[in-house]
Parts: sequence; structure tokens; C-alpha cells
Amino acid sequence: MSRMDTMMTSSAPASERVPASSRGPGLLRRSLGQSRMRIGLVLSAFIVLVAVLGPLLAPHGAGELVGAPYQAPSRGLPLGTDYLGEDVFSRVLLGGWTVLWMSLAATVLGVGAGTVVGLLAGYSRSALDDVLMRIMDVFLSFPVMVLVLLFISMIGSKGWVIVIVVGLAWMPQVARVVRGATVEVVSREYVQSAEALGAPRRQILAREVLPNIATPLMVEFGLRLTWSIGLIAAISFLGQGLQPPAADWGLMIKQNRQGLTLQPWGVVVPVLLIALFTVGTNLMTEGISRTVARVTPPEGTA
Amino acid sequence: MSLVEVQRLRVELAGSGVDIVDEVSFTIDAGEVLGLVGESGSGKTTVGLTLLGDARRGARIAAGKVLIDGEDVLALADEDLRSLRGNAVAYIPQDPSAALNPALSIGRQIEELFEFHRPLASAAEIGARIRETLEEVHLPTEPAFLRRYPHQLSGGQQQRIVIAMAFVLRPQVIVLDEPTTGLDVTTQAQVLRTVRDLCAIHRVAALYVTHDLAVVGNLTHRIAVMYAGRLVEVGTTEQLFREPTHPYTRRLIAAVPLVSECRELVAIPGQAPAPGARPEGCSFHPRCEDALPECERTVPESVSLGPDHEVRCLRASGRRLGVVAGGALVDRLPRDDGAPPLLRVTQVDAFHGKRQILYGVDLELHPRECLAVVGESGSGKTTLARCLVGLHPPRRGVVEFKGAPLSTKARARSAEERRTMQYIFQSPYTSLNPRRSVGAILRFPLDLFFSLSRAETETRVAEVLERVTLSPRTALQYPEQLSGGERQRVAIARALVCRPEVLICDEITSALDVSVQASIVRLLRGLQDDEGLALLFVTHNLALVRTVADRVLTLSQGRIVEVGRVADVLDHPQDPYTQGLIADTPTLAIG
Repeated sequence: MSRMDTMMTSSAPASERVPASSRGPGLLRRSLGQSRMRIGLVLSAFIVLVAVLGPLLAPHGAGELVGAPYQAPSRGLPLGTDYLGEDVFSRVLLGGWTVLWMSLAATVLGVGAGTVVGLLAGYSRSALDDVLMRIMDVFLSFPVMVLVLLFISMIGSKGWVIVIVVGLAWMPQVARVVRGATVEVVSREYVQSAEALGAPRRQILAREVLPNIATPLMVEFGLRLTWSIGLIAAISFLGQGLQPPAADWGLMIKQNRQGLTLQPWGVVVPVLLIALFTVGTNLMTEGISRTVARVTPPEGTA
Repeated sequence: MSLVEVQRLRVELAGSGVDIVDEVSFTIDAGEVLGLVGESGSGKTTVGLTLLGDARRGARIAAGKVLIDGEDVLALADEDLRSLRGNAVAYIPQDPSAALNPALSIGRQIEELFEFHRPLASAAEIGARIRETLEEVHLPTEPAFLRRYPHQLSGGQQQRIVIAMAFVLRPQVIVLDEPTTGLDVTTQAQVLRTVRDLCAIHRVAALYVTHDLAVVGNLTHRIAVMYAGRLVEVGTTEQLFREPTHPYTRRLIAAVPLVSECRELVAIPGQAPAPGARPEGCSFHPRCEDALPECERTVPESVSLGPDHEVRCLRASGRRLGVVAGGALVDRLPRDDGAPPLLRVTQVDAFHGKRQILYGVDLELHPRECLAVVGESGSGKTTLARCLVGLHPPRRGVVEFKGAPLSTKARARSAEERRTMQYIFQSPYTSLNPRRSVGAILRFPLDLFFSLSRAETETRVAEVLERVTLSPRTALQYPEQLSGGERQRVAIARALVCRPEVLICDEITSALDVSVQASIVRLLRGLQDDEGLALLFVTHNLALVRTVADRVLTLSQGRIVEVGRVADVLDHPQDPYTQGLIADTPTLAIG
């Protein structure tokens, strides 16, 4: 009876009261039971460490010429030199910080703005809903990359511009998800109860609605973070991001790709680190969403 | 030999080995309906599912046999189980809307059953059988009806479709898991009649799982009462209603409101113990008024009281029965003291989009009075209640409070107007924010309406919890850690903390067990007596009206068809619609 076997592996019965299972911290702790979550956490933590501590440990400066271009690894230059003769190892250690902060900032901005728009649209039940969502649809109809490059070429390739543009690029997608979740929560009676009490809209959204869409929001945040990392690395790769001599993983791939056969480390290491970061955040997102699916308690069952 | 034989069944939580159900044995003959009655968490649904060879996630059938027509379904291989389910044993779940696939037409869903279980049947045979079954459940048989999707049907029709799907393959055994819980009394009565007729015609052995003894009185031949995973009393319906022996059975019966007389409802104190937390000895003893000292130590054996009547109670062996009496008869005195009405509604018309729900509704609610609003689902009673608190603005008409007209929208009313009228929702499972502690839920209205210091707020929260008989520690808990009855008390506390003058209760007991309903009703009555609250009590259960209300108002299709004193209306209903409602209300009489 294989069906019975698979059912036996899950520990808690649906009929038991699930204590505090789906609330934030409990959710993270429970999701750690999955190996994908643990692997994701280790990968992401490794990248964060490299990006944060790297600048303190780098033996050479970003633009410092230490040898001939495309030199193979040697003592003192563990990953060799790049197309100009700069130290690849130092640039790897220095170049993670921009990817990390820019992708985090862009994600926070995008998810934050999208949440506000989605909450307002989902709660309004009026023309505002249509107006906001149609505007989002217009944004959605452009490919993100085109939109981002357009704005950067118009305004300039400063870090904050990239953050804002990437963030706003995610806004419509987050808004859609949040609106959908909000519409569902708003129909519940505890929201109506707050309305009957006459609570201000701001309080209803912040106290009654927002905590109850926290789980899709967490998943959305992880997903957008993964995409932001890729997008920001791609912008640098296309030469629209940080400008040399600043160190950046995306930029390093662009600069060193011509010498790939001569000295692969200048490309392989940044590629690997970006890949590990996206895989890590993606695994964590997956872990959280699977835990959510498992702990959502059935309502009002005997 | 009986068609269904369950022998010493034990179901455990997988892993821990804690029993959910233990020592359960019963039989059902062909053509017989057995009622399995118990509170939430008693394990009754778990027992029902074992007839299909199934255990819920996390549960494991540890011991015992379930013989259907002599074959042990617990020993069947997956393949054989699949052909058993739906074919020989059918299941009718509680919520039909969750049981039907919203993306398929109902005709398609019925045909699927034949594809799985009768692949060789011809289209003509299938069509004929479907038409026959639809007729039996009193649904239209034309093809246009079969092309409809579940959302295009009413709740009653959906449940009939599910019943039709259960009967269409002519199973030998049917398990019904509270199939009428979400339905109003009229539909419930019709569905119960249908089930009874079908079981009789097709000689089906049926297990009817429910928490409400009154519902099954007219349907079952025998009843098994379940408590904390064990059968505590089994007997014919007549035996159980005439001489209930186990204290638990007697208390369950005392908790059922009757439409015929106004009785004090007797609640069962405490709540059913969860698996793993069951006390030593007789698991009912902590809640039992007749408990003897040895009840704490000895697990009572089953005692036979006569043919077909068995009970597990130490007192039963020597017939040393205790004295759990039914609730006392009470006379509700009219409270009309000529005071001006607190709430007056005049000529209210309300719409849902283009559809008119209420037609010129008038009502008056006096201080200290309880006015019941009854009607079947779709009669507009909830819409009326929501109009009063401003959750559903009516298109025409006036709602006045103490002579002053109220705005139609809650948000446009003054804080004082919102505070004095409080609304309690039907389901405590959806009316409390799952992410907020009980304390935070109760502080919310306090912060809105009163400017109190932190300490005063905490005192008020503690006071109101005590008023609804919850421990002050509840303030730290979250709704999902509470039982349905406790949640509804929190919802009532949220209304009381505002110090209202009018409470509007929208079917507030319909999602609760009968025993819990009794305690909630007593709480409301107490509030009315002690604090002089006026109550507007929306319900479809006329038996409850008898115990709760002073006056009653019957709504049918958005129009008031009858208003009057409870005794007058229930004893001498003038309107045929009210007469029908009274006739459909389940009673403990044996029919």
C-alpha cells in the first residue's frame, strides 16, 4: 500500500491543532527541515560572506596593475590576472558587494512598491483598482531588459539609477501577486469586522491584510531577489552598469571573456559565484514555499 | 452476517502511536442506517474513512478489521481499494462545493465514475442510469442541467449531485460525513428524506456521521455515540432517545434545542480531550457529573442493557444511574415595557448588484429584547443584519438608532454609533485574524473607541475574557490554538469589549457543535439579563429561536412574512412558509 506509506511519512495529522505553524519565524524554522533550504542557506551565506568580507581581505586594489594581462595563476596571484593585468582574486573579492547591495536594494524597493500598489488596488473595490492595474499591465507589456536599458541610457549608469529602475521593473509583477492575495483576504470576515468597527483604511491594510499575505510576499521576495541578481549582473555585463576600474562580477565576465581560452579564471569564478547566489536564493524560496504549502492548516475541520 | 462489520478498530497517529480511535466495533446490515454521533475531535470522521480503507494524513490504521460483505478492506491492495471506493463503498463529504471539480460540468463528473468503474457500459445504459439517479435525488434530468458547472448550482443542489454520484453506481455501503451541516433546515430536511429513501430502495448500509443527534433521529435505525475515540453507547434510535444511559449521551440530548418547548439548554462543561491528552480510566469522567471515584482508574467495559443496546459506563452495570436531567422548562416573560425602540428599520430595500435581496423590510428592536430573524438561505436575513451595521448599504429605507437616522455606511457613522451596535459573524474560523493574538484582537476596538492607558486596556481585556468564561491566559494565544467554541467566545468578547447596546448575531452557532452551541446560547442569555443588551439573532434554526428569543420575524425571499411573540409564532404559525420551517426543524422525536 504505497499510498499509505507516503501518508505515514508526514508527522502531524491535519486534525491536530497546529500551533503557531504558519507564522513568520516558525515558518523559517520549519523550512530548515528541508535539505534544499539548508543548501540554499549555506550557498547564499557563503556569497554574502565573500561580498561583505571580501573588500577587507583583498590583497590588491581594484585598478592596481600587478602583472602582464592574462597571466596564469601563480604564487601571490591565485587566480591569475585579467585583460589589463589586474589581480583576478582581488577583483572577485571586491566585486561581489555591488551585486549584493544593488540586488537587495532593488528587490526591497520593487517588492515594497508593488505591495503598496497591490494592497491599494486589491482593497479599493473601485475604479482605483482598474486604473492601478491597467497601468501595471502597460509596464508588464515591455520586456524588463529593454525597459531597464532604456532608462539607464536616458539617465545614466549610476548605482542608484540601476537600483530604482530594476526595482520598478519588478513592481507590476509583485503588484499583481499582492493584489490577488489581498482580494482573497479582504473578503474574509475579520477584515469586515474591522470595517464595521470603523478602523482607518491604513490600519486595516497594515494589521488585518498585510500579515495574512506575508507568506506569498516572502516567496515573491525570494523570487525577485534571484531575478535581480541575474538582471544586475547582466546590466554590468552589457557595460551599462558600474564602469571600470570599479570591480564587479558582471563587468568582469564582459572584460575577460575574450581571453577565456588563455586564462579562464577571470570569467569562470564570477560566473560561478553569480550562479551559486541565484541557485542559493532560489532554493531558499522553494524551501519556504513548500513549507507554506505543507503547514497551511485546514480551516474548521473536525 | 451483517454487510458491514467493524471489529476492534484502532487508528493511531503515525509515529507516536497515540490512539485516535480504539476498540471500535459495530455492524451495519443492508438497508440499515447507523448514526455515528460525537463532538469535534471524537474520531467519528476517522472511523467513517476506515470503511473506505483510508486513514487521513498522519494517521495509521493499527489494528482491527473492517469487513465489507465478508472481505477485509484493510487488507486490500491499492488496485482493489480503488475499485472498492466509489463502487462498493461511496463517501458523501461535508462540503459539496469542495468535493466537486469546479472546472468540469456535473454531467461529465458523473460520467467519469462510469469510465473508472464500468468501462464496458454502453452510453445508453449510462444515460439511463444517470437519469434514474437524478430523478431519485429530485434533480432535473434534462441534458441542459447536466451541462451546468458546480458554481451554477445552489448548495442544496450541489449536495444532491454529490449524493447522486454516490448512489449512481449502486454501492453496497455509503458513508455520509455531516452532509447537511452547511444547509438550511428546509434543504436539510429534503436531503435527509432523499438519503433515507435511497438507502431503503437500494438496500444500502449507511453510516451517517454527525454531531447533532436531532438531525439523525428521523433517519437512523441505530445510533452509536462516540467520545474520545471510543464508542460509549450503541443502541437503536428509540432506545437512545427514550432511555439514554451513558451520561454523555444524556448530556448530548439535553444540549439539543427543541422547537416545541422552551428548555434551558444544558452545555457540557470543558471540551473533548485531544488524542494523547485523554485521561486515565473512563475518558469522560472529568466532564461527568455522575463520576464515581473508580471512574478515574477503571476503563469501563461494554455492558449490555438489552438487545442491541450497549453502554460503556461503570454506573450502567448496576444501573446506578446518576441524575443528569434535561434542562428545566423556562417561561420567557415578555419584556415589552413600552420603551421606545432602540433600533427601527423602515422600508429597507437592498440589492446585490442588480438583484433585489430585501423588499420593504420594517423592524423594531426594543431595549433588553431578543428578536430572532429566521429564514432559509437566500431569504436575505444576513443581508438585513449587514444593512444594520453598515456593511451592506441598502439602496432605500432608513435605519434609525434611538430615533436618529444612521448613515448607510459604517465608515460614515460616528464612532459612538459604531460602538453601540456590534456584529458577530457566523464562522469563528474566518472572523478572527489568524495572525493576531487574542489580546491584540481585543485591544483593537478598545484603542479605536476609548482612550485608555495601557494598564486600563489590559484590565478591560482580562475582564471581558472572564465575562465570556475564558481564562485570562487566552489573551496570549492565537485563534488557531483555540477550539471553535473558544473562538466564538473571543468573537463575542470583541463585541462586548466595546460596551455595546445592541448585538447583532449572524448564525453564530451554526458552525459549532450542538454541545458548544448550548454554552454559547447560555452566555448570550446571561449577557442579555445582566447587561440589558438588545439582541438581533439571525438563524435558520427555529428550535434555537424558542430558547433564545422573545420575538421572531420570518423572512422569505426578502419579504417579512410573519412577526410576533415566539410562543405565538411557533405554536400557531399563520404563514404557510413559517409552518413549513417548523415542520422541517429536526426534533428528538422518533419518526
